[in-house]
Amino acid sequence: MMRMRTLTQFFGFFFLRTCALFVVLILALLLGHIWQKGSGSLSWEFLSAAPRQGMTAGGIFPAILGTLCVTCIAAVLGMPLGIGCAIYLNEYAADTALTRVIRISIRNLSGVPSIVYGLFGVVLFVQLFKFGTSILSAGCTLGLMTLPWTITASEEALKNVPMAYREGALALGATKWQAIRTNVLPYALGGMITGTILSLSRVAGETAPILFTGAAFFLPELPKSVFDQFMALPYHLYIMSTQHHAVAKVRPLAYGTALVLIGLILALNLAAIILRARLRTMKKE
Amino acid sequence: MHDVKIKVSNFSLSYGDVPAIKNVTMSIKANRITGIIGPSGCGKSTFLRALNRMNDLILGVRTSGTILIDSEDILQKNVDVVHLRRRVGMVFQKSNPFPKTIFENVAYGLRIGGIKDKAYIEQKVEKSLQAAALWDEVKDRLHKSAFELSGGQQQRLCIARALAVEPEILLMDEPASALDPLATLKIEELIHELKKKYTIVIVTHNMQQAARISDFTAFFMLGELIEYDVANIMFTKPRKKITEDYITGRFG
Ligand SMILES: Nc1ncnc2c1ncn2[C@@H]1O[C@H](COP(=O)(O)OP(=O)(O)O)[C@@H](O)[C@H]1O
Ligand SMILES: [Mg+2]
Repeated sequence: MMRMRTLTQFFGFFFLRTCALFVVLILALLLGHIWQKGSGSLSWEFLSAAPRQGMTAGGIFPAILGTLCVTCIAAVLGMPLGIGCAIYLNEYAADTALTRVIRISIRNLSGVPSIVYGLFGVVLFVQLFKFGTSILSAGCTLGLMTLPWTITASEEALKNVPMAYREGALALGATKWQAIRTNVLPYALGGMITGTILSLSRVAGETAPILFTGAAFFLPELPKSVFDQFMALPYHLYIMSTQHHAVAKVRPLAYGTALVLIGLILALNLAAIILRARLRTMKKE
Repeated sequence: MHDVKIKVSNFSLSYGDVPAIKNVTMSIKANRITGIIGPSGCGKSTFLRALNRMNDLILGVRTSGTILIDSEDILQKNVDVVHLRRRVGMVFQKSNPFPKTIFENVAYGLRIGGIKDKAYIEQKVEKSLQAAALWDEVKDRLHKSAFELSGGQQQRLCIARALAVEPEILLMDEPASALDPLATLKIEELIHELKKKYTIVIVTHNMQQAARISDFTAFFMLGELIEYDVANIMFTKPRKKITEDYITGRFG
């Protein structure tokens, strides 16, 4: 009897551990593969120069710059909007049928395909707001895409602030907004920022939303303002691996681009992880 | 006789359709300690939170009757609850220091009240901590986190924090229920000291404590005020059988 149970347990753990290891293995293979093929093209020139000779030589600096720009704009739009929405939902809105619908809609937004966001961005930012196909339009489209994740993470962060902080402040004669501003937001902000960074890292690598809203195949010059078109890492990678006239020849460059994009996203994730760990130790103190 | 500070008349409160306080009428005297006792769930906290309108935060709470504080009905819709809560301070059952320094905890009420004068705030913090009998224990670490204090100290910090905004009335909801006997004793001594300046309403489930510290005692059951009298009389010659049963511990 006893032995049977020990055996079942052994195989149970074995199975679960294999699943977990399998995931790690896939990630390691993926990264290893890209590193092996792409690390050769990494150089200072690759990071700091523009593509030359029909994109068969030179670097990817314009694409790095473009991706950084649209990500920044996405942050500038998505962070206040998402955090504001979360504060409203969690602190002000009563739990009514309407707010439940809002909440469900937000969750579902994260399931909308990114190409649909792209089309929406064309209609809203490019045409209606007349931003044109530009860094601004693409950045705003990505900003919208971050919203569901930012809102959900921010709401979670607000829920983690004990009710007693709000009550304590109100009992001392704070207005509702004072209580939130001085005794809730400071303790939720870290979680909110972490959530925002993570959602930015998700959209930074997206191609579809920027495809029609501002990303360009190739630009001889760097953009001069947010109303110019731009090159971006994910789109550049797509071109280099499928649309280029000499796909085989530029393959190492494509892998190099992939490596830079992954590095950028990992850096964002790392920043979020460090921030979260920092906050956790602060909370313990 | 002492002045009446709070006059509750035919006061009822329900959470949605569930009544929690039923037609309570009582007068609470100024500069006296009024103890509220009763079995768990009888509405002690609800009643206390009605006195500074903290129940406003809960959806679907309905009230009727009047609660006059210095002859102003605080249940009226147009009452400025922010102002009311500055006059009627509250100490919660579970001490809830904010994750700030000891100093900032006490200064909090002043700062949100718009006071900027640093010297005034410093002086007020010191006075409040002294009034809460905590000053000597914390004066060398005012700028350390409030979480470093012991449970009893944290509760006295919350009292100091409430005192800093100069309330007239202090509501306390089982302020010592989570503390060890020594810390409890300190809080009781403190409360006794505070009645010189404040009108105190304190909820306690501890009969001995109610007998020790309260001047008047109100016994609640199932949302009703069963008996309300001078504490001495209440604990020696209760008028009702049910009160006697409760205070002698014949039911919980
Ligand atoms: N927020 C609330 N929503 C609904 N019912 C509540 C709420 N708070 C308390 N009650 C109910 O009101 C009654 C009185 O509760 P309470 O005032 O907390 O009692 P006590 O402090 O005497 O233990 C209880 O039956 C309790 O279940
Ligand atoms: Mg209670």
